[in-house]
This record gives sequence, C-alpha cells and structure tokens, in this order.
Amino acid sequence: MTPRFRRLAETGRPAVRFSIDGQAAQALQGDTLLVAMLCNTGAVRCSEFGGERRAGFCLMGACQDCGVWTPQGERLRACTTYVSEGLEVLTAMPALL
Amino acid sequence: MNPNDSDVLIVGGGLMGTTAAFFLRRRGHAVTLLERGLVGQQASGTNFGNVRRQGRFLPQLPLANRSREIWGQLPELIGHDVEFLPTGHIRVCYSEAQADRLETYARDARPYGLELQMLRGEAMRAKFPYLGPEIRAVSWAPRDGHANPRLAAPAFARAAVREGARIVEDTEVVRVEKTAGRFVATCADGTTYRAAVLLVTAGAWGNLLSEQFGEPVPMSVHGPQMAVTEPVPYCLVPVVGASSDSIEEIFYFRQVKRGNIVMGGCARGPAYPDARRAYVLPGSPLKQFVQLERIIPALRRLSIIRVWSGIEGYMADDVPIMGPSAKVDGLFYAFGFCGHGFQLGPGVGDTMAELIDTGRTSVPIDPFLIGRFA
Amino acid sequence: MSTARVAIVGAGPAGVRCAEVLVAAGLRPVLVDEGMRDGGQIYRRQPDGFGRGYEALYGTEAERARALHETFDRLRARLDYRPQTLVWNAADSELHLVRDGLSHGLPYDAVVVCSGATDRLMPVPGWQRAGCYSLGAAQIALKAQACAIGEKVVFLGTGPLLYLVAAQYAKAGARVAAVVDTARRGDGIRALPQLGARPDVLRKGLALIAYLRRAGVAMFKGATPVAIEGADAAGVSGLRFRDASGRERLVACDAVAMGYHLRAETQLADLLRCEFRFDAESRQWLPRIDPWGRASVAGVYLAGDGARLQGADGAEASGALAGLAVLRDLGVPADQGQADRLLRVLARMERFRVGIARAFPWPWRQAADLPDTTLVCRCEGITARELRRVVTDEGAREANRAKAFSRVGMGRCQGRYCGLAGAEIVAAASQSDIRQVGRLRAQAPVKPLPATTRQAAHEPQ
Repeated sequence: MTPRFRRLAETGRPAVRFSIDGQAAQALQGDTLLVAMLCNTGAVRCSEFGGERRAGFCLMGACQDCGVWTPQGERLRACTTYVSEGLEVLTAMPALL
Repeated sequence: MNPNDSDVLIVGGGLMGTTAAFFLRRRGHAVTLLERGLVGQQASGTNFGNVRRQGRFLPQLPLANRSREIWGQLPELIGHDVEFLPTGHIRVCYSEAQADRLETYARDARPYGLELQMLRGEAMRAKFPYLGPEIRAVSWAPRDGHANPRLAAPAFARAAVREGARIVEDTEVVRVEKTAGRFVATCADGTTYRAAVLLVTAGAWGNLLSEQFGEPVPMSVHGPQMAVTEPVPYCLVPVVGASSDSIEEIFYFRQVKRGNIVMGGCARGPAYPDARRAYVLPGSPLKQFVQLERIIPALRRLSIIRVWSGIEGYMADDVPIMGPSAKVDGLFYAFGFCGHGFQLGPGVGDTMAELIDTGRTSVPIDPFLIGRFA
Repeated sequence: MSTARVAIVGAGPAGVRCAEVLVAAGLRPVLVDEGMRDGGQIYRRQPDGFGRGYEALYGTEAERARALHETFDRLRARLDYRPQTLVWNAADSELHLVRDGLSHGLPYDAVVVCSGATDRLMPVPGWQRAGCYSLGAAQIALKAQACAIGEKVVFLGTGPLLYLVAAQYAKAGARVAAVVDTARRGDGIRALPQLGARPDVLRKGLALIAYLRRAGVAMFKGATPVAIEGADAAGVSGLRFRDASGRERLVACDAVAMGYHLRAETQLADLLRCEFRFDAESRQWLPRIDPWGRASVAGVYLAGDGARLQGADGAEASGALAGLAVLRDLGVPADQGQADRLLRVLARMERFRVGIARAFPWPWRQAADLPDTTLVCRCEGITARELRRVVTDEGAREANRAKAFSRVGMGRCQGRYCGLAGAEIVAAASQSDIRQVGRLRAQAPVKPLPATTRQAAHEPQ
C-alpha cells in the first residue's frame, strides 16, 4: 500500500527501524507511531463493523481510531505513542483467547 | 368507557411491568401502564444482562425455568430477540470449599430441572483453557445465557402496545388509593387513572406504594457497578461469574456478539432514588480489573470505555416481593428483585398475568409474598 | 502562602496562564496534562530533535506561542507538573489520575478544568474512509510532525481554522486541492459588526484568504458536501460537493481535512456534576460559568475552549481570570485591576466568538438531509438510517435514549465525533427543538482505561 502521509520538512533526523505486521519499516526519531506507519503504508487498522481501512482521524488522542497492537497483546494509541527502535506493531489484535 | 379506566393499572414501566402488560393483554385484560420516566430506564436497563438460573435461591427455580422458556421464544412472541444468546453460563471459584458448595448446589438444583455440570482439573482446563491458574472448579449451565437489558423492557412495551395496552410515559404517580372498589392513581399533573386491579412494579420505589396500602417492606437501594470494554473479535462464549464469600471477588462478565465485554461486580455503589441517580465508585473498575485478570488473564489487554450504574431495590432477606397483597383485594406486587431480576422478567410478567387472570399460579410464589413482612 | 490544594487540568494556554497567576500568588498548583509536552493543541510544541523555528510553526502567532512556552518553562520548577497523566474520573473533590498504569487520587480544594476542545464534525457520506481527518489533525500533522496528511489535500468545513490550516499547508509546500467552505459570502458580511471586536484577528483572517487566492487555491463558499469518494482499502479519492450555484463538482484528492469549529471537552465538568446550559450561538451544551469562570459547583472553575470556545487568546485570558477567582475565593489577595482588564478582554472575545459563529455557521440543517446510508457513529458503524429508525419506530427523542437504542455514542470516542450531529439528526427525525434532545451524559473513564490499570499504593512525590 502506498504511504499516506508526506514529509515536508525535518527529514534530517536519525532513522528508526520498526515493523508493521512483520514487514520491516523505517521512520525518523520523533515520529509518532501513527506518522511512522503512515509514512510506510496507507492505513493502520480495519474498522470492526464496516470493513474499511482506517488511518487515524484526530491525531490528538480523542477519536481512539488509531489503536494498534504489539505481538505481546499490548494496545498502543498510535498518535500519542512515539515510534521506537525495534518496535513491532500489528494492525489487528492478536487472537484473544 | 373513560380512556383512563382499565381492568388493570400497572405502576412502573420496567421489565416486570412491561412483561405483565404484554401477558395481561394476551389474556384479554384492558391494561394501562404508568411510567414516571421512559420504560426500562432504571434497574431493567442498567443491569448486567445475565439470563441465569444457576445460583438462584432454589425455590425460585420454577419461576426461572418458566422464564427461560419464554426467553427462547421472544422473536415469535414479541418480534424482537433482545439479543438473547443461550451461550451457557459458568460459575468459577477459587477454593475447594467453594467448589464443594457449587457441587452441592448442582446436586440440589437437579430436582428442579436445572442441569449443571461440575468440572475440575484436566476436564475443566480442556473445556475452558483460557481460565487463570487460580480457578479451582467450574459449574457449567449450558442453557443459561445473556441478553441486552437496554432493549428488553422497551421491546416488551412495544409488543404490549401492539396488543392494545396503553403505556403512558413521563407520568409520575403521586398517590394511589382504593375507593369504592377501584384503585385510583393520581398523577403529578392531576390526571387520574382507575382500575379494579392494581399491579405495583415500581422497582426500587415499590415500597413507597406498598406503604400507602399499609404494607411497608424493608428495602435498601444499591447501584450495580458496571463497565464495558471496546469491541474485540467475538471469542468468549459463556457468561462468566465468580462465586465467592467475598464481595470483592464477586465479579461477572460476558461478551456480546459485537465484541464488547460487559462486566460488573466487586462492590455495590451508592444509589439515590429520589434523584434517580446512581454512581460507579472510582475504585470499582480498578477492583474489577484485578478479578478479570485472575479469571481470564488474556483479557488484561482490553480497555474499558464506559461505566454506568442504576438503581436496584434489595429486600433485607434477598428475596423479591411478588404476589397478591396481604391486605387489599385486587392489589398485586412484583418489585425488589435484589439485582437478580433480569432473567426472571418474562416469567414474572407471565406469572403475574396468570395470577391476576385466574387467581392461581402454575409456579409456586409463596416465598415471595409480601405478607412475610407483616 | 496558601496551603490550599489547587489542581489545574490541562497545560494548554488556559492552564498555563492559570498556573502563572497562582504561582505569582505563592501557591504551588498541581498541573496535570495528558500530553507529553505543554502547549495544548494550537501551541503544540514539536518533539525534541525538530528544528523549525517559531515563525515557521506558528506564523502570525509566533510571539504568543513563544511567550506561552517560555512562561511554562519558567514556572515548571514551581509547579507540581504531571505530564502524560490522564484525569480519567473525578468525584467528591478528588481527581483520579492515571499514568503508567497506576491510578492515583488527587484531592483538591479547587480545580481549574482547562480541558480544551476537539474539532466539531458533520458527517458526510464516506467520511469513514482512510484519508479523512479533522482540521485539527491536519494541523497537528504539519505542526508537530512536519507532515501533510496526503499528496493532495482538500479542506472542507467552515470557520477560521479551515483557512488557517489550508494556508499553513500551502506555505509549507503541500498541495492544497481546494478549500470548500459551507458558509456563504453573506454570512461573513452580516457578522462584520461582531468580527470588528477584534480587528487584528479579522485582518489576519482576510490575509490568509488573500494568500490562498494568490497561491491559486480553488476556493468555494456556500458549498454543500455530497460525498467523500473512495474505496474501502485505498481510502479517499475525491470530494464531491455542490457549489453555491448548485452545480456538482468533484475534486480529486487523497486526503480531506474537515471541521466546523470546536466542540468543548466537557466530560470532567459533567463528572463533577456541573450544570450545563445550551449555547445558542455554538449550538452545543456548555457548562454554566459566571464571568470569572466559576462553575455551578463550589471549588470547580472552568477556563479555555472547554467552557468558552473563544480560541487560544480567550483561553489565556480566561485561564488567568479563573486563577484570580480561585485566589479570591481562597481569601488570598488578588489583583482587581488585572481581573477588570481580563473581564473586558473576555467581553471582546465573546463578541468576536459570536461573530465567528455567525460568519461561519455550523450547518446543522445538513444533518436532516444526510442520506440514510451515511455513517453517523464512526466507532460503531451506525448509519443515519438506524438512528432515524430508533426515533421514528422506537420513540427515542432524547440523546441518551437514542444512544441506548441505536448505539450512536457508545463507541471508543464516547460521542466526541458523533454526538452533536447525532443530536441534530434526532431533532430533525422527531421534529423537535435541538434543546429538547439534550446532550450525551458523560461517564468515566474520560478516555479508554486499560484493564492493566491498578490503584496506586501511595501518592507520587
């Protein structure tokens, strides 16, 4: 999927490597996880009830539409979490039970 | 006939009142139901949603069985399934002593037609692999389940209206008297409604009316402590409840088809019937999280998005009030269901309609008579 | 020095100016903020490692932003500052804070809630598609992350923020496909008397519009959104709308930034049992406050967008004034001259707010015309049809009843993005006045609370 966001400035920051659904991805230090993901792909999750892809909405921690998961089952709100080196994120919740 | 006159006047539009209205209409009685707010707003709409027979006071099982039959027939009966799912219900416990009590209950409930299966050790882990390591035993009721309390009383109310009942909302009854053989309810705006029979289904406010007829009852009010998670893929089928002597461990939860997990327990909260408000104590969800993780550790990764409470009436002996008045002819009661009335609702309405119509009930209700407090 | 315990919720312009007043009087307030840094939304501080200067980030407001940040930096040592801390509940003169999975109670003698606002949204068919964002989101992406939300962005909605963010994007080198404003030209002209209360702001606004025009950005007034086109997987592909003459247009884009002014964040005020009043100008329920910011509950003060919707300048003034109210009520000597000046400033701000609301009206009538298939509740996937059905078939005419029956407002965002439009749909479907529909009652937690949260054993130092 093509990246959604476009970097306009501040590209001289150190690189950060992370992964999305097991695929290697690159971001810059200081990116939120949402920005990091959307500079690599076009969406962060799938809507529970409509099936359409979602890519965040408010970017300020209010809409709760950008929740992603770690393989360990931890929930991250992508717009208020900074990306970190080695972070693995999943766009769907790992099986619960 | 004056439109404000009917055969049966029902005061209180919760689940008991709306089911009674429905079943009374089916038996041909003219019914008027008066509700101070909107139907199903109080305990009926805010409870956990358990459709559970397991764990009930044994003499209540015939009524619960009758109710369970009706739950399974709702689509044909009222045109709405109220999201009833016969998912089964499991009671879990943390000690051998509590497991023995569950075992005893299972044995004692069998003659009442309630089939429960006790599981321990390997068999328990095989059937319910997600349970936490502290769980000692499970008592499983395969035919129990859960439904959506927000929808139940309103669905019955609409069905009752389709059958010809008159339901009047936003109408506060300030006084009821019996004069010249008829009950007269006077509302806040001065309107009066009259009937030969009065059924009080006013929940936590029921004793305010029973008092007016010389039958006060020892009722206290509490707020259930409820919370719900965000939706996650559906995977937890049975309703889960912990059985314990300690209120902090009495915790229950269920997953709805859309994926949210509804949970409740660990504490009772403050309820203010005069203000019609009840609150969840800030500590309650935190206590619930501890118990949630003990019972199904994997659920620790979820988040709650809302808490709520309601106003439930509890009788001092933890047994509801149901049946005829001990003092006044034509007066009937069904209130004070001690936080365990939801599953009984359809059965209560059906039974009260039978009682009012025929003078008899096919399920025993002697333990619930108001006369026990005389 | 007073030993009264004062808590401030929110480290945006209102909270910081409130803290400044209290610290100057010798108090050491607790300043709780959910974010990683101070500044709130408009004056959001960029993360460490970013190099853009204040002019690049805040444009004409660079000096105000710098002054605010420097004030906070100076105050910090004299505050009990709790960043990354959410106030998830409040009851009985105690706030309940959560950070790093631990919940602490914070008793207070006075609390000043400066919780700010979110964008206000009107649903459009297709607004759930990936690539659709609030105006605030588009601004945060640029300001705090130096990103545009897409290759080609359409700005849709109304209000000064619409033009501000579009201009910021154009200046930063993003492609602005169009600015589509639902307000009509006549709306602005009619509101000139109120807008004249702040001539400098009016001038800045006109300058933004002129800049966009010079940059060749297509701008439309009196527009009616029809649909956000796109696909489930790929997201937004364009905005379809009718222009002022009724002609239907389609602007290709991969991102839509939309918003219609602000929606006050009032959950804490509600949990604290403050009374609300219906604000006709903004057509939403706001907590009732006196001119100084005292709420209807003793010990509770409200400032900033969360109560007044006056923007950042109003937030600074009302934050300071609320601080003076706290001091006065605690019996600490407070500067009446400063209070009088702030009261005058806020009166002007209020006149201007009314002007803005009239120049850029919230197009509430659109709610009645939304196609049945339009998603109203993004979280729960509930359509306008379903919401209308519970009104007409199940008699739900009040916001909480409609929520109980339809699930609109039951999702993760807790009604933030569907509540106001949902109420308009209920009002239209029940043919009742918007006031009668009421407002969604707030419940804890103020934001989702993880089940790993535990009660802390003791208060943090």
